[in-house]
Amino acid sequence: MSVTRAEKPKKTGRNPVDYAKAPINADLTKEQKLGFLADMLRIRRFEQASLKLYQQGKMGGFLHLYIGQESVAVGTLALMGDHDHAITAYRDHGHALVVGMSMNECMAELLGKATGCSKGKGGSMHFFAPDKNFWGGHGIVAGQTPLGLGIAYALKYKDLKGCCLTYIGDGAVNQGVYHESLNLASLWDIPVVYIIENNQYSMGTSLARSSAIKSCLAERAEGYKIDWDIVNGEDLYEVRAKTWDAIERAHEKCRPTVLEIDTYRYYGHSVADANAKKYRKPEEIEFYKQNHDPITLWENRLKEEGILDEAELKKVDEAAKKEAAAAVQFAEDSPFPEPEDIFSDIYYEVDMGTESGQTGRHFFND
Amino acid sequence: MPVITYRQALNDALAEELERDENVVVMGEEVAEYNGAYKITEGLWKRFGDKRVVDTPISEAGFIGLGVGAAMMGLRPVMELMFWSFAYVAYDQIINNAGCVRYMSGGLINCPLVIRGPANGGTNVGATHSHTPENFLANTPGLKVVSPATPYDAKGLMKAAIRDNDPVCVMENTLLYGDQGEVPEGEYIIPIGVADIKREGTDVSLIAHGRAVLTALAAAHRLHEEFNISAEVVDLRSIRPLDQETVLNSVRKTHRAVLVDENKPFCGVSAQIASMIQEHVFDDLDAPVQRVCSLDAPAIYSPPLEALQLPTADRIIQKVLAIS
Ligand SMILES: Cc1ncc(C[n+]2csc(CCOP(=O)(O)OP(=O)(O)O)c2C)c(N)n1
Ligand SMILES: [Mg+2]
Repeated sequence: MSVTRAEKPKKTGRNPVDYAKAPINADLTKEQKLGFLADMLRIRRFEQASLKLYQQGKMGGFLHLYIGQESVAVGTLALMGDHDHAITAYRDHGHALVVGMSMNECMAELLGKATGCSKGKGGSMHFFAPDKNFWGGHGIVAGQTPLGLGIAYALKYKDLKGCCLTYIGDGAVNQGVYHESLNLASLWDIPVVYIIENNQYSMGTSLARSSAIKSCLAERAEGYKIDWDIVNGEDLYEVRAKTWDAIERAHEKCRPTVLEIDTYRYYGHSVADANAKKYRKPEEIEFYKQNHDPITLWENRLKEEGILDEAELKKVDEAAKKEAAAAVQFAEDSPFPEPEDIFSDIYYEVDMGTESGQTGRHFFND
Repeated sequence: MPVITYRQALNDALAEELERDENVVVMGEEVAEYNGAYKITEGLWKRFGDKRVVDTPISEAGFIGLGVGAAMMGLRPVMELMFWSFAYVAYDQIINNAGCVRYMSGGLINCPLVIRGPANGGTNVGATHSHTPENFLANTPGLKVVSPATPYDAKGLMKAAIRDNDPVCVMENTLLYGDQGEVPEGEYIIPIGVADIKREGTDVSLIAHGRAVLTALAAAHRLHEEFNISAEVVDLRSIRPLDQETVLNSVRKTHRAVLVDENKPFCGVSAQIASMIQEHVFDDLDAPVQRVCSLDAPAIYSPPLEALQLPTADRIIQKVLAIS
């Protein structure tokens, strides 16, 4: 069905298969390739700016940084067509920016401002943009896995040729509801693509300490007769090629796929995670930064292809930094929601003032 | 007016809504080919086919979550729980996803989902199958909870629930499925959040929801016959939203309230009603508010004892006499 972990390309050196030649990549234009670079840099600069705000005490709660994993969101989500949808967990900033949410609305949400994408009601873990086919942003580990299934179910129900890219972590694969979802997806031929972002840790617990099968998480899909594959996440071409196979399987055969994309996060589980350097050695983090940084690797690739030089790189990066700085300004200048906003966006019928929203008491404050 | 069962009333509501709106899909364990564990969906699969009436595997978290996702996309799934007791394995999907997604998205997403099934004790199936979680559900702003006591209310509330654009939990009762009552032919809707005075009275208000309404009616009958006490029976019909005014007006009239509730007493629905009454009509009261709930222990199996654990007409009468 798929390659086994033993055949997996080693993380050092060049990928033995050149996925640049895969059909989905072969016709990419220079602009598109530079666009991927720009998107990865935008995620990184956005999050670095948000980290500063967090450290200045301007943000509440958790901040789960995606830095190090940018190639996954960019490689997969850029493949979305009109009827393709996406849903992820709480580490959602990267996905949000790639589907087209603005840095302004995202940064404002982090600061709990009324101009935020959820009007300051969701926070870092709960970004949504249904107009961009992006359904969140979910804080409960694996809680989004049946939602992605339901989104894909609705696509099939409406006879639309689409799929739902449903992201989960390497820790989330141990939740029961994920397995219920896999069984349903296969049983009912649902066009859902589960993408395990394997960054090797769930909070402070390494994969070796959480999974009975240590070598591979996607392989569990065998138990549900679902096609699966493992993906070297640092190679954007490979991420695109293998994700496209899965999307095509969903579109053409209405069958699910489980993809496990190897990646790595540089920061702690969340910024509040003081143990960030205890469950793994600083050298390990440094090793990944030096050898496996997805942005650096993509830059190198584009330089080799002769479509990127230092000047262009600087231009793209400066633009990302400027956009992030402007978003910080926008967020800081924005107002907080008003106390009465606490009671809107709970019931549709109440907000719309429909008859149903006006019968009976909906809120019980006194 | 035709007389039909509570079961038939629910079945008619589902059939009419399946017919009316192609986005309605009925889903759950045994709902299609088996015609429903309690035969609420009898004949629907045969009539509407595989796409509209769907048997699920035993995966409550998975299929309720699927329903939430599909509802976010504009379908109107009506999910059957064989028992509301089984909702506990799907609580994350119901509370965190159905209940909170509109709020957390700043109003960008709504969830026109119905979750329905029986939530009652009294059938000698032990604690795991006898839960009444309407209080837990109503504790989540974002969810609506209704609890029909009669065939007429069951049909009207079910249709309202399916057309509502927010998630609605419909709490049914296996002991009521065979009950008969008048249900008009043709279309009607009972708005969610409107209580109903099931019996007018002047001396005491018996306030209840679900099957407890029938227990209250039986008690009211005997109070009249045996003690010449005129009890008013207020059927909440909807827990959240709640028809506060109808409840308060009844108490303003009778000056006494006994709350009848198949929930357990601690933080049960009646606890909320009691708090509301003392807060808003304290000066109208001639006696402390009393409650008759399920006795505060897990549902006991032993049949004669379980009958005593649920609110009985005797217990209601004792409470009324104590404050009259
Ligand atoms: C049901 C549930 N249990 C525990 C948590 C706390 N928690 C949040 S994230 C997390 C680790 C998840 O790791 P993984 O799935 O690998 O995703 P990653 O954080 O690496 O992206 C835990 C334990 C939670 N949010 N939800
Ligand atoms: Mg992880």
